[in-house]
Amino acid sequence: MAGTEPKVTPDLAQSLGLTLDEYHRIVQRLGREPSYTELGLFSALWSEHCAYKHSRVFLGRLPTRAPHLLQGPGENAGAVDIGDGWAVVFKMESHNHPSFIEPFQGAATGVGGILRDIFTMGARPIAILDSLRFGDPADLKTRHLINGVVSGISWYGNCFGCPTVGGEIAFAPEYAGNPLVNVMCVGLVRSDRIHLARAEGVGNPVFYVGNKTGRDGIHGATMASATFDDEAEAKRPTVQVGDPFTEKLLLEACLEAMATGAVVGIQDMGAAGLACCTSEMPARSGTGMDVELSAVPQRETDMTPYELLLSESQERMLLVGANGRDEELRRVFAKWELDAVKIGEVTGGPDLVVRHHGEEVAHVPVEALADGPRYEKPYAPPAWLAERRAFDPLSLPEPQDYGETLVRLMGAPTIASKEWAFRQYDQQVGTNTLVLPGSDAAVLRIKGTRRAIAISTDGSGRQVFLDPRRGAAMAVCEAARNVSCAGGRPLGVTDCMNFGSPERPEILWQFAEAIEGIAEACRALEVPVVGGNVSFYNETSGTAILPTPICGVVGVLEDAGRLGTQWFKAAGHRIALLGPDAVSLGGSEYLWTLHGRLAGRLAALDLEIERRVQSAVRAAVGAGLVTAAHDCAEGGLAATLAEGCVTGARANGGVGCEVTVEPGRRLDETLFGEGPSRVVVTVEPARQREFEALMAESAIPWRWIGTTGGERVIVRAGEVVVNVPVDRIEHAWRNGFERHMA
Amino acid sequence: MRFGVVVFPGTWSDCDFHYVISEVIRQPVKYVWHRDRNLADLDCVVLPGGFSYGDYLRAGAVAGKSPVVEALRDFVANGGYVLGSCNGFQILCEAGMLPGVLMRNECLQYRCQSTNLLVENVETPFTRGLRAGQVLTMPISHGEGKYYADVPTLAALKARQGIVFRYATADGQVVKAANPNGSVENIAGVVNETGTVLGLMPHPERAAETAMGGTDGLLLFQSLLGTLVEDGTFLKR
Repeated sequence: MAGTEPKVTPDLAQSLGLTLDEYHRIVQRLGREPSYTELGLFSALWSEHCAYKHSRVFLGRLPTRAPHLLQGPGENAGAVDIGDGWAVVFKMESHNHPSFIEPFQGAATGVGGILRDIFTMGARPIAILDSLRFGDPADLKTRHLINGVVSGISWYGNCFGCPTVGGEIAFAPEYAGNPLVNVMCVGLVRSDRIHLARAEGVGNPVFYVGNKTGRDGIHGATMASATFDDEAEAKRPTVQVGDPFTEKLLLEACLEAMATGAVVGIQDMGAAGLACCTSEMPARSGTGMDVELSAVPQRETDMTPYELLLSESQERMLLVGANGRDEELRRVFAKWELDAVKIGEVTGGPDLVVRHHGEEVAHVPVEALADGPRYEKPYAPPAWLAERRAFDPLSLPEPQDYGETLVRLMGAPTIASKEWAFRQYDQQVGTNTLVLPGSDAAVLRIKGTRRAIAISTDGSGRQVFLDPRRGAAMAVCEAARNVSCAGGRPLGVTDCMNFGSPERPEILWQFAEAIEGIAEACRALEVPVVGGNVSFYNETSGTAILPTPICGVVGVLEDAGRLGTQWFKAAGHRIALLGPDAVSLGGSEYLWTLHGRLAGRLAALDLEIERRVQSAVRAAVGAGLVTAAHDCAEGGLAATLAEGCVTGARANGGVGCEVTVEPGRRLDETLFGEGPSRVVVTVEPARQREFEALMAESAIPWRWIGTTGGERVIVRAGEVVVNVPVDRIEHAWRNGFERHMA
Repeated sequence: MRFGVVVFPGTWSDCDFHYVISEVIRQPVKYVWHRDRNLADLDCVVLPGGFSYGDYLRAGAVAGKSPVVEALRDFVANGGYVLGSCNGFQILCEAGMLPGVLMRNECLQYRCQSTNLLVENVETPFTRGLRAGQVLTMPISHGEGKYYADVPTLAALKARQGIVFRYATADGQVVKAANPNGSVENIAGVVNETGTVLGLMPHPERAAETAMGGTDGLLLFQSLLGTLVEDGTFLKR
């Protein structure tokens, strides 16, 4: 071993992020002290980021089976069958920590990482969606983060050539010291051509392909498994630097290599780089691996085995080839001017044996590395929660002017137009995007078929904060409802679980409850969780983010010609509200924007009604009976109607509406209260009868509430309570976020 | 008409052009690798959008020196047509096959949006089916699309009717508000002296099907093929 390596001690182990107990466990497992390189392997693979130490006991609760499921959790990404011989591969991942330290590269490499997860499965990426959370955009530091993150996503996704078709951006002060950057990618592959990250076949060659290895990102996984303090800036060297051009070449080369049939297994070198691939791939197959590090293509000199194994340099893959077909594979990568170097081979196991210039530097059972510790830590609801929930929003005074309140809500950064961000993203490359960003869900056609897919992401930290179980269930429901509004039948969920430190019982309780909520909703809607990730330790100086599970849902439309969008198309269409009346101002955008409060109870969630409402909306969209379908979300019924009027304005010139609401509740609750399972649709008068018949069959609560048309948004509750020009609402909505960024 | 779509490392509109040519206008088409010099069996070469060689130098600078672009000079001299869109336009300028340069957008941000294009020159093979003053709608998607040429170059360009498209309002007003990237005089597309090489920043391949939001991009292909003129479609517009 190299003489300059630090001596392995329990203190060193702790400085690398392992606990004393974990260190002793390693010694016990190996029957000896680990070498410095081995200690590095364990510190990375046993990090929270790689090992899911605190979350694994809960993740088993998620439903992961369905007839159309082709690949569930445990691989680079999940996959579902969409029919006609095609599958979509998708996953969402967080890149929160790197994006706070270095927003541009942090977000860019977040995009790069998830793209690779998709194309290692053999799928061509066709869509990116970003779920972003920041502090108040009025704050200078937050604007710097927004600018960096958006331009990083733009730079990487645009250069690579995958369209960014959706996602959401929301704001709350709890994210100021810890923004969330969750990126979802969807890819398309023939359903019988999915590739897995397995090291099958003793004697098969192991190839390193893609970019050269440098010293960037060493211990990135460990960094992502700790909270921040005021020294976050000092961690900048742990953030990787992306190269979208090389990623594009890697995509083309990998897909071309797979088409030869000579690729046995392949995995992205993401978190914990080579260390992760060389242990996880054989662990999945019950094999082992022998690796010679001196063969690894390097762009820096004198890299140690430790550095080579733990580097998180981007745009690299580990590929297991079929024996005897080395030349074929090399030719493909040479065409794309990429390295493809044999660095080892698959063995019968059970060990990973790593050599450097022939000298053995690590010799560890792959199982020991891949199967990290699992913790069942105590959890309990936070003491302050009962008081927060007990708050009654109706104890606050009613607004003086409902019209002005609506205008103000439409200009709240979370509700306002995000065009400032989306116009920086290529939304159309691939020419599949039928519905561009700005509707409930993005819709992409599947060329060569009549089908399309609809995709949406959602997750409200405020709702989960007040009621983790119901709030998380609502996140699944809302993403699925968005997909249903576009006409898509939800097929699968990917979830990104963003929380504070799991070592605090109240945070772990939030997490455990959120998992239960997601599981309940997925069971009720019959959609499996196909994969995702857990991001803990989203805290800075002891302050945790709002607990934020983000759910990404993909659904299929049998007929791409029958799709739903959220904006009102023309005057004279009748407006219906589908779903229950149960709404609440607790945790609402109204309560936050008007009163600066995060408190109260969430509206009831009836999962059976949710399922029926979604099914009814899909049937109506699929039958061409509705001209618009829009999920009621932030800002309640009033904001939903106003969005129907203004969000399609560029295409339609803006369409007003006139509606009447039922008495019974206080008006602020009726207009701005938020609740699940509610959808606003518009219907041409000629199709009214058919629509009514369909609703009668659907067994859901619904009613006509008004008509589109005119140049104003008018709401009657006995008398006229809202009467505002569409132009004014549109102006507030267009500028509410952008004015901070201009 | 036989089409070739050039693929550089980093090109990404190649498949989109290929799709439109083979599935929408139904003409023979093949991909041309950036190292190929043989263009003999082609009538029109398309240089598509993307980030050739990563565009880490100037957009199109490296691709402008590639073997296939070298071969394009003879191809054009022999009467072949070249359509460069987005990165393809940048490459043609960098190769000196079209005048001017494309610089970083004035807003310093990438822009993906719909634009309106005022048609100024209907004497080219790509626009002969159009009316002067007609307004086409096509999306842009670029970070370096600000067209610039110095005063003498611009004067020469105008003198020979080299400006084909300008960014405009929906009713054809060439005003600053309609200019998405700060291009000089709202220039969106230009041709060479013979009119056989067209470069434009917008993406005609993304405006070639109703499902994608419009078909104005098809008019360039239909002009080239002569189908517009023959069946009289353009007269109805």
